Amino acid sequence: MSKPKYTVAVTGLNAIDSPGPGIAVIRALRESESFDVRIIGLSYESLEPGIYMHDLVDKTYQVPYPNAGQQVLFERFDYINSKENIDFLFPNFDAELFNFISLQTRLDEELGIKMVLPTQEQFDARHKANLYEYGKEHGIKVPFAKMVFSTAEIPSIANEIGFPLVVKGKFYDAKIAYSTDEAMQHFNKISAQWGLPVLVQEFIHGSEVNVCGIGDGNGVTLGAVPMRKLYITDKGKAWAGISLDDEKLLDVTQKLVKATKWRGPFELEFMKTNEDEYNLIEINPRFPAWCYLTVGAGQNQVESLVNMAMGNKMKPFTTYDVGKMFIRYSYDMVVNMKEFEQISTIGEL
Amino acid sequence: MKVRKNVAISDSGFLFNPSSGDSYSVNPIGQEIIQMLQEEKSELEILDYILKEYMIDKNTVEKDLYDFLNMLKNYKLTE
Amino acid sequence: MEKKQYERPIIKSLNQGLMNKFGSRTEYTPMTHIDGCAVKDLLEEYGSPLFVMSERKIRDNYRNTKRIFETRYPKVQFAWSYKTNYLNAVCNVFHQEGSWGEVVSRFEYEKALNNGVPGNKILFNGPDKTDDDLRAAIKNDSPIHIDHLDELYRLTEIATELNVNPRVAIRVNMDTGIYPMWDRFGFNYENGQAWDAVNKIMANGKLKLVGLHCHIGTFMLAPNAYGIAATKMADLAKSIKNRYNKMVSYIDMGGGFASKNTLKGSYGLGADSVPEISQYAEAICSALLNAGFDNDELPYLYLETGRALIDDAGFLLGSVISNKRLSDGRRATILDFGVNIMFTSFWYDHKISPAQEFGQHTEDSVLYGPLCMNIDVIRENVTLPPLKAGDQVVVHTVGAYNITQSMQFIALRPAVVMIDMKGEPHVIKTKEVLETLEKGEVLPDYLSKFSL
Repeated sequence: MSKPKYTVAVTGLNAIDSPGPGIAVIRALRESESFDVRIIGLSYESLEPGIYMHDLVDKTYQVPYPNAGQQVLFERFDYINSKENIDFLFPNFDAELFNFISLQTRLDEELGIKMVLPTQEQFDARHKANLYEYGKEHGIKVPFAKMVFSTAEIPSIANEIGFPLVVKGKFYDAKIAYSTDEAMQHFNKISAQWGLPVLVQEFIHGSEVNVCGIGDGNGVTLGAVPMRKLYITDKGKAWAGISLDDEKLLDVTQKLVKATKWRGPFELEFMKTNEDEYNLIEINPRFPAWCYLTVGAGQNQVESLVNMAMGNKMKPFTTYDVGKMFIRYSYDMVVNMKEFEQISTIGEL
Repeated sequence: MKVRKNVAISDSGFLFNPSSGDSYSVNPIGQEIIQMLQEEKSELEILDYILKEYMIDKNTVEKDLYDFLNMLKNYKLTE
Repeated sequence: MEKKQYERPIIKSLNQGLMNKFGSRTEYTPMTHIDGCAVKDLLEEYGSPLFVMSERKIRDNYRNTKRIFETRYPKVQFAWSYKTNYLNAVCNVFHQEGSWGEVVSRFEYEKALNNGVPGNKILFNGPDKTDDDLRAAIKNDSPIHIDHLDELYRLTEIATELNVNPRVAIRVNMDTGIYPMWDRFGFNYENGQAWDAVNKIMANGKLKLVGLHCHIGTFMLAPNAYGIAATKMADLAKSIKNRYNKMVSYIDMGGGFASKNTLKGSYGLGADSVPEISQYAEAICSALLNAGFDNDELPYLYLETGRALIDDAGFLLGSVISNKRLSDGRRATILDFGVNIMFTSFWYDHKISPAQEFGQHTEDSVLYGPLCMNIDVIRENVTLPPLKAGDQVVVHTVGAYNITQSMQFIALRPAVVMIDMKGEPHVIKTKEVLETLEKGEVLPDYLSKFSL
C-alpha cells in the first residue's frame, strides 16, 4: 500500500546556538514511516538557517511577525496555501501560539490547514504567572509563587517561603535572592525592565528533568520521554541530554495530562528534589528543540501528532529506549548571496 | 557624486555592497537614481529626468533627492 | 505621455533588523473612504485635521453589545457615559437607541437634561457633587451614586431639609484581583466600609437605597475581574435583603471594557488580544444569574459602557506637513494634528493608515504633531509608505476621550463631522475660531491700550 503524502508547514527554522524546534520537527517528519512529506518552511527573518537547508526544507515563505496581527497572518497563509495546499501546520514558537490558537478554526475551515494545539484556556493557565494556581487545581506540586506589585509585599512572602527565593519577570529574567534587601533590589531591577507584576517564587533545590510528550485532549498521554540535560551552554540551553528511566516522572506527567486534558505537544520542566519530589517549573505548549531525541528513543511523537490531526489510526507509545543521548553540534553552511537576496526581497525561497 | 562601480543592484531592488558585505532594499525610483549615478549622470540631469517622468514638483524632488544621496553617502555607497 | 505616480526614493538596510515587507505591520493598507465618503473630499470640505464619527458604527456597536447582554440576562439597561464623548449628536444617537445618561459633573448633567433625557434616567456619579448639584438631582429624581461619607451626610441633611427621599446607590470598590485597585472611589467592600454605608443609609431612613454601583477600572483586559466584581455586588445585595428585607432594584457594573486599541508596550495588536464583549458579558451575567436571587427580585443590570461602544466609531483625518531626517538617521514625519487633540496617543499605539494608494515599499518613521513641544509624538515608530507633504492619513479608533479630553493649546481644535446612516456628512461641531477661544475673556479697561 502506498503511503499518503502530506504537505506540512513548520516554523522555528532558527537552528542557531539557541535553537528553535523547527529543524528537529522536520527531521522527525522526514523519518516518518506512515507518510511522506513535502516540507514548507515558514521564516520570520532572512538568516534562519532552515531556509537554506534544501535537503530538509522544500520551500520557505516569510511570514509576518506575530505583532502584525491575525488578519495579516491569515492573508499570508491564504496566499501560501494557494500555492502549496498545506495539510498540517506546526507552530513552534511560544510567541506565535496565541495567534494560531485564535485562527485555528479559520485555518482549518477556510484553508483546510490542520493543527494540534492546546486550548486558549490551557495556554493561558500554564502561563508562568498562573502556574501555581494551575498546579494546585490539578494536584501537581508547583513551587509556591505570588504576583507582587510593590516591594512592601516582599517581607511577608519571604517569611512564608524563606530564603533563598526566586524573583522572576513577567516574561523573562529570574534572579535568586538570599535576603529581603536583595529580593527588593531584584524586584526594582526586574520591574523596571519587564514591568509589573513581578513573580516571587519559592526556590527548589534539586536537578532539572524534562519531559517531551503529547496529550490527546481527552486526558490520554500518547507519548512521553523524560530527559535530563547533561551539559548546558552559557545561554542555559541543552548541549547534550539523555533519556531517563523514571517511572515516577512518567506518572506525574500522565497525571497532569489526565487532569488538564492537555491537547497537543508539550515540554514539562521539573525540579527533582533530593527527596525525589517533582516540582513543576514550566509547561511549554509545543515541542522542544530536543524533540528529535524522542525519535531516536523510539517514539516519533511528531509523526503521531500529524496522524492524530489527519484522523489516522495510531496507538499511544508505551515504551522508549533509555540511555539514548543527544549531542548538539553546529555546522556552517555555505550559501549563495542570490538565495539571501531572494528570500529578502520576494519572501520565498 | 558617484556610486561605487562594484555596487550591484538587481531588478528586485536588492542592493549589495561587496566592499562591506551590507545589503539593502531600494524602491524603483531609488533604483533609477542609482543607475543614473553609476552612468555618471549629474544631479541636475537626474532631477530633470524625475521631473519629466513623474508627477511631482521641483521643490519636493530636490529635497527628496538630496536626502536620498545623503543616505547613500551615509551607507558608504558612494566614492 | 501620462506621467508616473511619484514616490520618494528610499533605501533601507537589510542588515539592521532584517525586517521585510512580509514581516512588518501592514498599516499601509490605504483607507480612502469612511462610510462611503472620500477622505480627500471630507478634508477639502471641512479642513484638516478633522474628526469623523460614523453613526453606523455607533449604532452597530450599541445594538451588538445590547444583544450580547440581553441574550444572557433578562434585565439590562445601558446609560451612555457622557465623559467618553459628550458631543450632543453622539449622545443622542445613543439616546435614540434607548440608552440612558451617566454623568459625573453638573455640566454633563445639564447637557443630558438639555438633550431631553428624563431626570430619572440620568445616573449621577462622581466624587464632586455640590449641594446645589444634589438639590438639582433630587428635584429631577435622578439616582445619585454616593462616593463618600461626607456626601452621604450632606445628602441626608438636604433630604431632611426638603423632606424628600432621594433615590441613591453607593459606589463600591473592591479587590477583583487586578492592579491597580481603584480604591479611591466609593466605599471598600472587603474592609466593611460598603456595608457600613448601607447600614447608615438604612438607619437614617431619609435616603432610598435603590442600587449598588461599581466601576473596577479602565481598559480592563481580564473579563473574570468583572465576574468577581459582580459576585461581590450580588453578595452585598443579598446581605441587604437578608438584613433589611429590601432588594435593591439595580446593580450598576460601570464601564471599563477595552476597545480594540493597542496599548503601548503590548506585544500583540489590540484588535486580536482584547477580550470580546461576549466574554465580559458572560462573566457578569453568569455571576448575577448564579448569585441565587429570587426570580421575581432579579435586579436590573446597568452598564455605563463608553469606550468599547464609541472608540472605533471615531477617526481623525489629517495631513502631512513635512518630513525630515533626524540626526540619528531616523525618518520623521510631521502631521497637522498633535497630542493636544489626540490625548490617547500617550497610552495607545494608534493604527494610522495613509489615505491614498502607494507602492510596496515602506519605511520606519516617527510621527510628530505640529506643536512646539517635545512630547508631541503621535507614534514613536511606525512603518508607512514614504509620505510627502500634503499626503493624507487616517487615525483609527479615536472616538473615546479624545474630544472630551482635548486641549486648546497652540492650535485651535478642528471640526467634528458625523456621517449618517445614508453616508451623508453633517458638521456636529464647528472648527474653533479666535472668538471661540476669547469668549468669556474680560480685558480690564486699563489694559486695553498700549503703544509700542
